[in-house]
Order: sequence, then C-alpha cells, then structure tokens
Amino acid sequence: MSAPVVDLTDAVAVLGSFPALAGASIRIDEGDIVLLRGPNGAGKTTLLRLCAGLVPMVRGSGRILGFDLGTQRESIRRHVGVLGHQNGLYLDLTVGENIRFWGATVGASDSETHAAMERLGVADRLVDVPVRKLSAGQKRRTALACLVARRAQLWLLDEPHAGLDASARDELDATLRQAAAAGATIVVASHELERAGSLATRTVDVVAGRLHEVAPDQEHPS
Amino acid sequence: MSVWRIARLVAAKDLRIEWHSRVLTNQVLPFAGVTMVIFAFALDSDAVLERVAPGLVWLATMFSMLVLVQRTFAVETDDGALDALRVAGVDPRAIFLGKAGGLAVQLLVLEVVLLFAAVVLFRQTVPVDGLVLLVTTLISATCGLAAVGTLYGGLAAGFRGRETLLPLLTLPAVAPVLIGATRAVEAALGTAGAVVSDGWPWVGLLLVFAVAFGVGGSLAFGPLIDE
Repeated sequence: MSAPVVDLTDAVAVLGSFPALAGASIRIDEGDIVLLRGPNGAGKTTLLRLCAGLVPMVRGSGRILGFDLGTQRESIRRHVGVLGHQNGLYLDLTVGENIRFWGATVGASDSETHAAMERLGVADRLVDVPVRKLSAGQKRRTALACLVARRAQLWLLDEPHAGLDASARDELDATLRQAAAAGATIVVASHELERAGSLATRTVDVVAGRLHEVAPDQEHPS
Repeated sequence: MSVWRIARLVAAKDLRIEWHSRVLTNQVLPFAGVTMVIFAFALDSDAVLERVAPGLVWLATMFSMLVLVQRTFAVETDDGALDALRVAGVDPRAIFLGKAGGLAVQLLVLEVVLLFAAVVLFRQTVPVDGLVLLVTTLISATCGLAAVGTLYGGLAAGFRGRETLLPLLTLPAVAPVLIGATRAVEAALGTAGAVVSDGWPWVGLLLVFAVAFGVGGSLAFGPLIDE
C-alpha cells in the first residue's frame, strides 16, 4: 500500500490566538476526491492552507506527500496546487503563455506543458486567447491546466464552483474526475454540497476545528 | 530551478505583458513627455531650461516610474497571481529580481526617450567624452530605481490605498538617486561648466545605492509579500 498523500494526527493550527484547527486527524490516499463540508469558520480553509504548507502546525504531527509539516513546509508548497476564489492568472497573457509560464517555474518541458493544455482542453481554440477575454469557466480550466503544468500532485480547492454557471460547473466536475483518475489527489472545500458531494469519493465534516468522516450512506444531503 | 533562472522567467513574463498591453508606449511615455513639456512652459526661459534639463529628466523619470510600478504589481494582484507565486513556493528573491529586471528594462527605454526629448526641447548636447559616463549613470540609476520601486511596490500591493501609499514610500527613498543621477548627467553633458570627472563619484553613490537596495530588497521581499 502506498504512503498516504495527506496524513494528519491531532494537528492544531492557530489563527492569531484562535485555534482554527483543534486536533484534526485525517488520512487521504492518492486519487481520492475529498469533500470538506461545514459552516463558515469551521476550519475548512485553514485545513487546506495547512496542507499547502501555508499555515504552521503548532501541535500534532503531519506529513503531506511524505514531507514533514513541521520542518519541510517550503518543500510541500512546490508539490501542491491551491485554487481559491481567484485563479492566479495573468489577464494580459494568453492561455498558452500563462500555462507555459507556470510550467517553466518547475522546469516543465514544452511537451509536458502541451500535454497539460491538451488534458484540460485548452490546447487548440483557446491557446492564443488572452485570459481577460475568457469566461469564468474557461479561466478556471486554464488555472487547473497551470496546476497540471506545475506538476501539482495534491489539489486543494476552496469553493471551486463559486462564480461559475451550470455548464462551467459541469465542465469543472468532469475535469476534476479526470484529474483524479490520472492520479491527482483532490481536496475540495465547498458549500455546494449536492454538486461537490456527487463529485467526492469521501466526505469529511469540519466542525469547530475537528474532522469527522461521514459514512457513505449519509454523504449526500436529501 | 535556480534563483536567476526563475528571475529571468518572471522578467520575461512582465515584458511580455507589457508587449501585449502597451502601457509603456501608450500611457507612460506620453505622460513623461507631457511632464517635460509642462516643465518647459513653467520655467519659460531657455537659459534656465538648459541649466536644469538633467534634473527635469530624472524628475519626469521618477513620476513615470510610479505609474510603471503600480502597473507591474497590478498585473500580479488582478487575479491573485502574486499570491499564487508565493503559494507555489517560488523563491521570493527570484520574484523580486525578476520584477526589478523587467521594470529596469522599461525604465531604461523611458530614460532614453526622455534624454532625447531633453536634447530636442532643451537644446542639450551629448559630448562624445561624456558618453561612457552617461551610459553608466543611466544603468546604475536605473538599477537603484528598479530595486526601490519593486520593494515598495510589493509592500504597497497588499494595502488598501496603495495608489497614494506608493509615492509616499518611494519618492523619499529615491531622493539620493535623483541627486546623484542629476549631478552625474550634468557632468556627462557638461551642463554649467561641469566636467566628466565630476560625475564618477556620483556614479559610485548610485552603484552603492543599487547594490544596497538590490540585496536588501531581495532578502526583505519574501517577508513583505508573505502574510
């Protein structure tokens, strides 16, 4: 059995003096799509940021992609892709230029970058279009292609469906399923339970900084 | 990936953005040109203009630099790209050096155009024996300006009211460049009886300034853009 992508045991993270994560434990394996659900302020975003190496862990233990959260946070960042409300794209550059730039930051070859564009369906019609002229869904797809070009192995997505219309959401879900099938591990924090729930292979409730795995028969809201 | 390789990528990316958006050619250069013309109207005396032309070139450069710095960080914050670079673990020293490099290239273009404008508008001449001093001054002053602009641009990028904060932070910090570069260019052009040898100590000051802000900026940039 391969090593888990995310392995947290009683992890505590604080924002100021507030314990945003109060002893979180979870194990996530390669190819999982995990939905984090919970009210605002429950700790979903902090959990994503902890997994990205952006928030220090003050107690407990944890490894992300084999890197220790206590001592190797900088190394984690290079292997993790975070997508929040913004896409992290350069609006005046074309789709192709954005993806090539992000790929080049990790030394990706031209063929790797092209493969990322093909995988996300932006290699033909959209490649020379400035990002500024794209729809919200196309921008999201371009941002995900940048994650692929960056060789991100763990995708941490915070409300990825926000601001997208129905067809763009369907497009995003298909992209995420395809990415997981290709080996990416995906953690999604979302309030859109029906949509994200149908996408996820596992659901975890985040309540007051603690995590509770939801049994498969209780995953989808009625 | 080495710091220098990433820095080259960031600089090339910034120059490509400028190539697409043409902000330098369509907005900054006309702004700088108008500034020079307004100075000419305000001073309204050929003798005075000939005497102060080097200082006017650098004043117009600094005002225009503020527009360039705002722009170079606006492209990073429009869609969260600067955050994405940080989150992706890209070395902040490389981001600083790359952005400063891209800004330096744009500033150099601006300065050459402004010098040309000074020759035409203010009847300046460029003696052959002052050319080396002039070029060295342009390069060293540009490096200092780009380092300061990038450092404070990165700092201001995270604040509300960045448009007003940036000039407040930047203009006092670049005062030594304004003084040193003006004196060195006066020496290169022979303004008011200055000779070329008068300019080299000022170039020394500009180089020290550029190295101090280049090294200090690359070390401080990470904590500045981090939370």
